[in-house]
Amino acid sequence: MLRVYPFFLAAAWVTIQLSIYTTVLGLICGSLGAAARLSRSRILRFVGAAYVSLFRGTPALIQLFILYFGGPQIGIQLDAFEAGVIGLGVNIGAYMTETIRGAIVAVDRGQSEAARTLGLSRSETMRKVILPQAARLMIRPLGVNINALIKGTALVAAISVVELTYTAQRYIGSTYKPFEMFLLAGVIYMVIIYVTGLAISWLDRRARIS
Amino acid sequence: MTLDFTIVPSYFTLLLIGSGWTIAITAAAAVLSFVVGILFAVIALYGPALVRYPIRLFAWLFMGTPLLLQLFLIYFGLIQIGIDLPAFAAGVIGLGLHFAVYNSDIIQSGIRAVDKGQYEGARTLGLSRLQTIARIIVPQAVRSVIPPIGNNMIALLKDSALVSVIGVTELTLTAQLAISKTFHPFEFYLAAAVCYYVINLGLEAGLRHLEGRVQLSR
Repeated sequence: MLRVYPFFLAAAWVTIQLSIYTTVLGLICGSLGAAARLSRSRILRFVGAAYVSLFRGTPALIQLFILYFGGPQIGIQLDAFEAGVIGLGVNIGAYMTETIRGAIVAVDRGQSEAARTLGLSRSETMRKVILPQAARLMIRPLGVNINALIKGTALVAAISVVELTYTAQRYIGSTYKPFEMFLLAGVIYMVIIYVTGLAISWLDRRARIS
Repeated sequence: MTLDFTIVPSYFTLLLIGSGWTIAITAAAAVLSFVVGILFAVIALYGPALVRYPIRLFAWLFMGTPLLLQLFLIYFGLIQIGIDLPAFAAGVIGLGLHFAVYNSDIIQSGIRAVDKGQYEGARTLGLSRLQTIARIIVPQAVRSVIPPIGNNMIALLKDSALVSVIGVTELTLTAQLAISKTFHPFEFYLAAAVCYYVINLGLEAGLRHLEGRVQLSR
C-alpha cells in the first residue's frame, strides 16, 4: 500500500494541472461564446449557439477522441495531455458560455437603460455597468462548472494521460486492492474539489455587495 | 492519411446497432437512477438515522468522485470480492447509481417543496405514514422536478459513452470497432458524434413533451 502513495501524489499533481489549464481555457471559450451569443451580428449569434449546441449535445469523451485520434488526419498532432486540456477546455467552455450569458442577462434591464440614457456608449455600458455586476452573479454557477470539470478530467484516462483515475485503474490491476485504490483516488479528488469549493465561496463572499 | 467519408455508409448498420445499445443502456440506467433516486430521497428525509447516514455518506462519495472511477470500481473492483458483473450490467449499475445520487438531491428539494398541509391532510384522512409518502408526497414532488431530472437524463445519455471504456459495445465502442478495421478515426468518431447528437435531440423533444403532459394546471 505504502509503495503506491508517491505515484498517486504525482498523479494528483497531473489532475490539478489539468484542472487549472482546463478552467482557464474554458473561461476564455466561455467568455468568447457568451460575447458571440449576445452580439448584434446574426452570424456571430448563430456561431455561438451552434458551439453551445454541438459541444453540449455530444459526449465529451467523443470530442476528446476526435481531437486526439482524429486530429492527426487533419494535421493536428497533440500529445495526450495537450489534447486533454484542449478537448476538455473547449467542452466546458460551452457550458460556461451559458453560465456567463445567463449572468449577464440576469442583470436588471433598468441598469443598461439608465446607463444608455446617461450617455454611455453600448460598449461602455457593457464594460462599466453590466459586466461588473454580472461578474458577481456568475462566480457561484461557474463554481458548479469547475466542480464538474475537475471530475471530468478523469476522462483523459481514456487517452492514457497518467492522472488519478488512470493511476487508480493501473494499481487496481496490480495490487488487487480495488477499494483501497478507489478510496485513495476518491479522497484526493474530494480534497481537490473541497479546496476549490472553499476558494469559490471565499471569492463569492468577497464579491457580494452587502 | 486523408479524410474519406465515403467509407462511413458501409458501417451504417454497425453504428445503428451501437446507437440501439446506447439507447438501451441509457434507458435502463435512467429507470434505475429514477427509482433509486426516489428511494434515496425518501430514506434521506424520512428514514431512521441508522440508514440515513450511510445513504448520505454514499451520496457524498458518489458526488465527489468521477463517474469513470466509479465504473472502474464496479467493473474491475467488485470481482475481487467475488461479484463478477458482465460489462453491460456494471455499466447500467454504475451510471444508474451515479445519477441516482444527483436525482435524489433534486427529488429531496421537490419533497421539501410539497405543501405541509398535504401530509397532514392525508394523515388525517387515515392514510399511514408510508402510504402518505408513497401516494401523496412523492408523486407531487416528482412531478414538480421533472425538468431538472430531464437535464440529468441528458447528461446521462452523454456520459453513457464512458461505459465503452469498460468494454460495453455501445455507440462509442462500435465506432472504435469500425476504426480498428479502417484506421479512419476522425470520420467514425464524428459519425458517432452525429448519432449522439440526433439521439440527444430526440431525448430533448421527448422530455419537452413529457414536461407539457405532467404540468399541473394551476
